[in-house]
Amino acid sequence: MADGLTLDRVSITRAGREVVALDRHVAPGEVLSVMGPSGVGKSTLLSLITGTLAPAFRFDGRVLLDGADISRAAPEARRIGILFQDDLLFPHLSVGANLAFGLSPGGSAAERRRKIAEALEEIGMAGFAERDPATLSGGQKARVALMRMLLSEPRALLLDEAFSGLDADRRDQMRRLVFDRARDRGLPVIMVTHDKADADAAGGPVVTLGG
Amino acid sequence: MPIRALSDGGGPVPRTGLVAAFPPLTLLVMLGPVAAGLAGTLLPAFGYLPAAGLSTLSLDPFRSLLDWPGLGAATRLSVSTGLLATALALAAVTLLFAGWSGTRAFRVLERLLSPLLSVPHAAMAFGLAFLIAPSGWIARALSPWATGWERPPDLLIVHDQLGLAMVAGLVAKEMPFLMLMGLAAMGQADATRRMRVAQAAGYGRVAGWLKSVFPAIYAQIRLPVYVVLAYSMSVVDVALILGPSTPPPLSVQVVRWMADPDLAMRLTASAAAMLQLALVIAALILWRAGEWAVARLGQAWIARGGRGRAADQLLRPLGVVAGAFSALAVLGGIACLAVWSFAGFWGFPDPLPNGFDMRSWARHGPEAWQATGATALIAGIATALALILVIGCLEAEYRRDRALTQAGLWLVYLPLVVPQIAFLPGLQTLFLTFGLTAGTIPVVIAHLVFVLPYIFLSLGDPWRAWEPRTGIVARALGTSPSGVLWRVRLPMLARPILTAAAVGIAVSVGQYLPTLLAGGGRVATLTTEAVALASGGDRRAIGVYGVAQTLVAMVPFAAALLIPALLWRNRRGMHG
Repeated sequence: MADGLTLDRVSITRAGREVVALDRHVAPGEVLSVMGPSGVGKSTLLSLITGTLAPAFRFDGRVLLDGADISRAAPEARRIGILFQDDLLFPHLSVGANLAFGLSPGGSAAERRRKIAEALEEIGMAGFAERDPATLSGGQKARVALMRMLLSEPRALLLDEAFSGLDADRRDQMRRLVFDRARDRGLPVIMVTHDKADADAAGGPVVTLGG
Repeated sequence: MPIRALSDGGGPVPRTGLVAAFPPLTLLVMLGPVAAGLAGTLLPAFGYLPAAGLSTLSLDPFRSLLDWPGLGAATRLSVSTGLLATALALAAVTLLFAGWSGTRAFRVLERLLSPLLSVPHAAMAFGLAFLIAPSGWIARALSPWATGWERPPDLLIVHDQLGLAMVAGLVAKEMPFLMLMGLAAMGQADATRRMRVAQAAGYGRVAGWLKSVFPAIYAQIRLPVYVVLAYSMSVVDVALILGPSTPPPLSVQVVRWMADPDLAMRLTASAAAMLQLALVIAALILWRAGEWAVARLGQAWIARGGRGRAADQLLRPLGVVAGAFSALAVLGGIACLAVWSFAGFWGFPDPLPNGFDMRSWARHGPEAWQATGATALIAGIATALALILVIGCLEAEYRRDRALTQAGLWLVYLPLVVPQIAFLPGLQTLFLTFGLTAGTIPVVIAHLVFVLPYIFLSLGDPWRAWEPRTGIVARALGTSPSGVLWRVRLPMLARPILTAAAVGIAVSVGQYLPTLLAGGGRVATLTTEAVALASGGDRRAIGVYGVAQTLVAMVPFAAALLIPALLWRNRRGMHG
């Protein structure tokens, strides 16, 4: 089976009724945009991929990541990164500690600190490690959330309306940051959005649900 | 990286782990003593008490209960004080909400709520007695210029035959509890928008609130109201301090019989405890019928469409008087206790003592300090155990994505609705049977029955309000469910957890009957020591114990505010 993220004849049902169904392969570096009106199960689809589907739902089919079936794996074992509309930074941790939370374990303390400093530099926030996340601007928070996710070395990326919370200029900047990183790292991306401009910026295939 | 393949099923793998054991364990700890205690009270009520060599079933205990000449009056007192206190407390809180919610005066009261709630019942009762007694602060403030009294008048205000002083105390203390429960309900009832609609249609504040918001709020606070009713009907410590004594309310008489060295009197006590339980059940049924009648009348009132704007002129001031009564009775009473504990010579009608000294504290301090140690130990253990159990239950609820059902909520309230006096005597007998004579462990077991539900009610809402996507993000970053709990959820919820701990400690500190009965009368906490002083009338000693009791209950609330403020001083997102 090819590298990338595959939804193999996936169908999610609730109380016997189909909520959402999809059969797609997303290649490394490719962005699949999933569009459709609210309530058609776009976020439910993502929760199946992260492994956090609510118990009320059932599903058929398989989720494959680089050829391996991860459909029944625990969420923390899947290595699927996700970004939401809200940054969801942990409010009790500093910016640096948020990044350390994401950074995969291992390495000396000095090494880990260096990686975090580099990560902050990469998003133009050098020296922000000790800052309280609540004091950051919306765009800064979004970038820290992105970096926290990338430091956990995911092998696929999910975006749940990830750009809707930002104002127009920031949105453009953030899209480029995310898509560039995903392409560099060869990550397959599934983006749920209701904004046509998101899909245009991604440039990949588009599926419309419930239309 | 190896992906764990797990057995298949329709959905993702449930990862509940050990926490699945918490809900049944918690139910056992919370309801086990209630059920066992009820059985242990029921059997002696029918003459079966093997510990005393009695094993033939009979109706003799009930016969001896009927022979007691005080039975009629004691029963009447129990019912009348309980119903009156509950109705007045509910009416006062309703008026307060209807006339004032959303205003600045209301927010002031909201801020007073935690201290009002944490004051133990016994300290409040003593404080109120010190305010309203013929030689109390109110009489002193009015004498002799307004009353002409040069010496305390010979009036029976405290311990009055109708139990009105006791009703006043219960109303003052239960109002804050109902207000807290009402505040939680207000958010869910979308009260602000309902009121906007009512006021846009020309309704007065009070009438509009009663017609558009009250039904939703009452549905939410029904169980707390039942708790207040059951509690007020069967309370012992408040009745000992403020209630009539010849005869006393039924629950007090049960305690007297339980303390009788003649073991046969325990049979009569058990029969009386069963009668008390029956009275509470009957009163709850009566109350339920009253709810139905009020609902019918209310619907007719709503259908008539009266705007009731004129009534605001009278009802809004009445609401604020009710709120002020509760705050002044509780806080003024505590102030009076404090003054007495430092008072030198204090003649009537001087409003303040001639001088202040430390003599009372020097005399009673060492013993009070010992009792403080026992109180803190019991409260600490009970609260720690309860927190572990409750967090385990809430985490199990979250991981299995199963919300607490209405039946589950009833189970949480059950130990608070069953009158203490109905199951604690039986529990004491059981403890004795199993050789658990006195000591800290039986007292902790008894306290857990009451600490658990309050901690569950206090922590439940903030726990469920936690943003679930935070957990999803943490899992996606490679964290196990228990990692999410320890590293993300518990630190983020540190503030409500500390508040719940403070609630638990305050509940434990205030317990009189569970400490007295489960401890076999040999565990001396601040509360049992304070109540024991009631008959002596040494105001300075009562002042010392009342202040100590209040401090032990209040300090944790201060800590619950202070610790997160220090811990998160550089984390603005933690001060929402």
